Amino acid sequence: MTTFLAATPIPRDLPLPLPVPEWLLVVCLVLFFLVHILFVNLMVGGSLIVVVLEWLGLKNKRWDALAHEVAQTITVNKSLAVVMGIGPLLCINLVYTMQWYSANALTGHAWLMIVPLVTVAFLLTYLHKYTWDTWTSGGKKTLHQLTGLGAALLFLFIPLIFLANVNLMLFPGEWEKVKGFFSSLSIGNVLPRYLHFMAASVAMTGLFLAGWFGRQNADLSHLDSFTRPELRRQFYKVCAYVTLAQFVLGPLLLFTLPAAGITTELYVIIFSGAAVGLLTVWVLFGELKRDDARIGSRYWLIVMLFSIVVLGMGSGRHVYRQAALAPHQAEIKERTERYAAALAEFNQNLAAAPAPAELSAAQLFMNCAACHAPNVKLVGPPLTEIAQIYAGNPDGIVAWAKAPGKKRPELPQMPPFAHLGDASLRKIAELMLEKGGAAK
Amino acid sequence: MDFPSFYMDHLAGGRLIIGLIASLHVLINHPLAVGAYPLLTWMEWWAHKNNRPDIDRLAYRITFIVFIVTTTVGAMTGVGIWLSTSLFAPFAIGSLLRVFFWGWFAEWLVFISEVGLICWWFLSWKKADTAEKKKKHIKIGVALSIMSWITMALIVAVLGFMMKPGEWNQTRAFWDAMTNPLYLPQLGFRTCFAFMTGAVFLWFATFFFTKKKDSFNDKPRQLRNWIVYRLSHVVLVALLGTFLFGTWYWNAIPETMKANSSVALLTQEFMSWHGQFQTLLGWTIMAFLVVGLGGLGSSFMIPRWALLIPSFMGIWLLGHFERAREFMRKPWVIGEYMYSNGIHKDELAFLQSEGLLKHATYVKHREVTDANKVECGKDVFMLTCSRCHSTTGLNSVLDKFTAMYGADKPWDAAGMTLFIKGMHQTRTFMPPFPGNDKEAEALVAYLLQLREKPETLHGVQTEGIVIAPQPKEPAMTAEANTQN
Repeated sequence: MTTFLAATPIPRDLPLPLPVPEWLLVVCLVLFFLVHILFVNLMVGGSLIVVVLEWLGLKNKRWDALAHEVAQTITVNKSLAVVMGIGPLLCINLVYTMQWYSANALTGHAWLMIVPLVTVAFLLTYLHKYTWDTWTSGGKKTLHQLTGLGAALLFLFIPLIFLANVNLMLFPGEWEKVKGFFSSLSIGNVLPRYLHFMAASVAMTGLFLAGWFGRQNADLSHLDSFTRPELRRQFYKVCAYVTLAQFVLGPLLLFTLPAAGITTELYVIIFSGAAVGLLTVWVLFGELKRDDARIGSRYWLIVMLFSIVVLGMGSGRHVYRQAALAPHQAEIKERTERYAAALAEFNQNLAAAPAPAELSAAQLFMNCAACHAPNVKLVGPPLTEIAQIYAGNPDGIVAWAKAPGKKRPELPQMPPFAHLGDASLRKIAELMLEKGGAAK
Repeated sequence: MDFPSFYMDHLAGGRLIIGLIASLHVLINHPLAVGAYPLLTWMEWWAHKNNRPDIDRLAYRITFIVFIVTTTVGAMTGVGIWLSTSLFAPFAIGSLLRVFFWGWFAEWLVFISEVGLICWWFLSWKKADTAEKKKKHIKIGVALSIMSWITMALIVAVLGFMMKPGEWNQTRAFWDAMTNPLYLPQLGFRTCFAFMTGAVFLWFATFFFTKKKDSFNDKPRQLRNWIVYRLSHVVLVALLGTFLFGTWYWNAIPETMKANSSVALLTQEFMSWHGQFQTLLGWTIMAFLVVGLGGLGSSFMIPRWALLIPSFMGIWLLGHFERAREFMRKPWVIGEYMYSNGIHKDELAFLQSEGLLKHATYVKHREVTDANKVECGKDVFMLTCSRCHSTTGLNSVLDKFTAMYGADKPWDAAGMTLFIKGMHQTRTFMPPFPGNDKEAEALVAYLLQLREKPETLHGVQTEGIVIAPQPKEPAMTAEANTQN
């Protein structure tokens, strides 16, 4: 077990049990996250592909028509990306409460910016989609392209905020170095993670679109210059070549990971995943070589293989996190238990101690002393003045204290003290009169 | 104490951001999702039954607006409440998630179906070109309406629970929290309010789609009359409900608050909120009543701009409702369990005796000395005050003391320390000070220096964290107890 430097913060966990067994939350976290990230991939990759296709469309209209069709899918995928993100967020909040919220706070400004940035990106996506048939020429077309580009640039940036958090939570020993979002990017290996994610986005979108346009009942009436096999081939190509690049980006990510969570188990999972990935790419390139009549017949086989790869990578990701945070989790647990024991002992002693004797008038007067001094006007009038007004009339003070009015315009109104009870107020009143009389 | 403190000096610690995001979310969700979906579904059904393609087209056009707004600003502000709460009050949201896991989980499933249904409903509208398909399409609208109401019903349970945990404190049981005493009046109020404002929104939107020169429709005036006449019925019925449930809620709260916190709260701060809510409820109902009755007569009695008056009053009422609800929770963030600054009720005496800094995680020093007094005070401020107060910005702690001790006089440190220690008795919406005497003095030293040299306090999102080493051995023993 790694021993932490003194600088590693060891907080106390919240003193409430997890609502469901931890293993179940972990399974949910891994699975829900993969579903979420799939739709994020399709949203991000889709918006990048649309920008490129629309740009190609300036020379040849058929690409513009294709870009428009792809844009139709993004707005649905983006809604699902948001809603499917809630489940994994719920799980990670529960399993890694102390690390997750801490990373959020350390990158706070950027974390908060997610809300307006995503909102703007979504609005731009809709604007782009619904002005396609009206902003068609000249400056308006340029504006239309810029709208798409604006959305794509936002989609390129926002994942970085999430990645920074997912990365930062793993290394509590480094938190002391972080001074804001941008400095958090230098911890761990954010950049290789980012590149791996972006490549996956484009590859997954390629695979999705090959199936989307390739399906038998797809409505291709707006794409009459394309044939179904041609569309399948184009998007298969995108998927295949980008996935090939993952064989560089994947190892880059793996070998730049800080050693904290590296285990044999991790290597076994990742390399098994990579082996299935190799098989997947082989099947994919085989599919590309098939003629028009048969291309696409292995689509579901490819989807299944990709699912296995993604599940492997997702599990590997979790195994790394588990191992990297195990010492921190153990120390948190230890400190939480130590604190709980001390607290329980204290509260037990407190309960066992004889009930406190009734408070003396002097102790009760502490409630008043912050505002009423013997001779000087602090917040309220001094005791000398009070003793004059209520001479021989302690019940007058009690009545006033229970429901004070506002007599003096220059002073703030006194808050009511009915909750102290009549007996205590009477004691205080008598003491006030005594002190006020003596101070004269 | 156990999370790095995100803090924004000029925005009352940043709490205002949660408020803004949450209010925007509610203002979109209530009229546009809960209120408008069923009304639009009803329009689609009517159009289908009576063969009125013009009404169908009008419903479609309004749905377009609703679709765009709810799936962008509506959805993201919903997520935004969560993201911002994670920053400002991780201790509270973290605890609520552990108590309310199944509620939230169920809410998520309903929310998935809601998003799926709105996409399906809107995007397949034009494709429903046969009677069979249209019937199915209308059913999607019905399912969507039900789901968006259930989403609200589940979330209201969480809100109601934070204010009045009911039996939860004894049993920690989920259903007890779910059936807390303020749940039904609040849910009824919100539902009726949603229909009332949703109907006015549809009415307002109709003006834009029933202009005279509209190519798709040669009888825009008749269409407008048709819809306004019916919507004013909805406004009037929902208004009655809003009034009844609002009154029930208004009456239920003082009882709840009496059980929850000191009675003294009812006499000053609370009473003014309470009175204002009643007045505002009355005037808002009046405004909607005038519009509703006008609409019964003729759609031209009520000009477009006149609809803005009840709408803005509704926004004001709901904002007031939410703010009062938040205020009345004080000094608790989870009633009788956790104070607004994240201190648990059961650890209060312990921390007052042991000292706060000793058990905190992100502090510079663990023991107050003369040399580090001000630095300690700053940490104490961050841990105990900063979730509601700023140093020099909104709801500034300096302003509070200025109101008490005067702007031009020197402040008495001993008096301030006394005040801080007894503050929860004089200001019953304030949590008790959860530290020892030295820490209260350190806080005062920091505040006095701040008064001399007003300086912006930075949160961890810019400054980062500093950690004093943790004491290795548990210093807590029975003897240590008695020494204090």
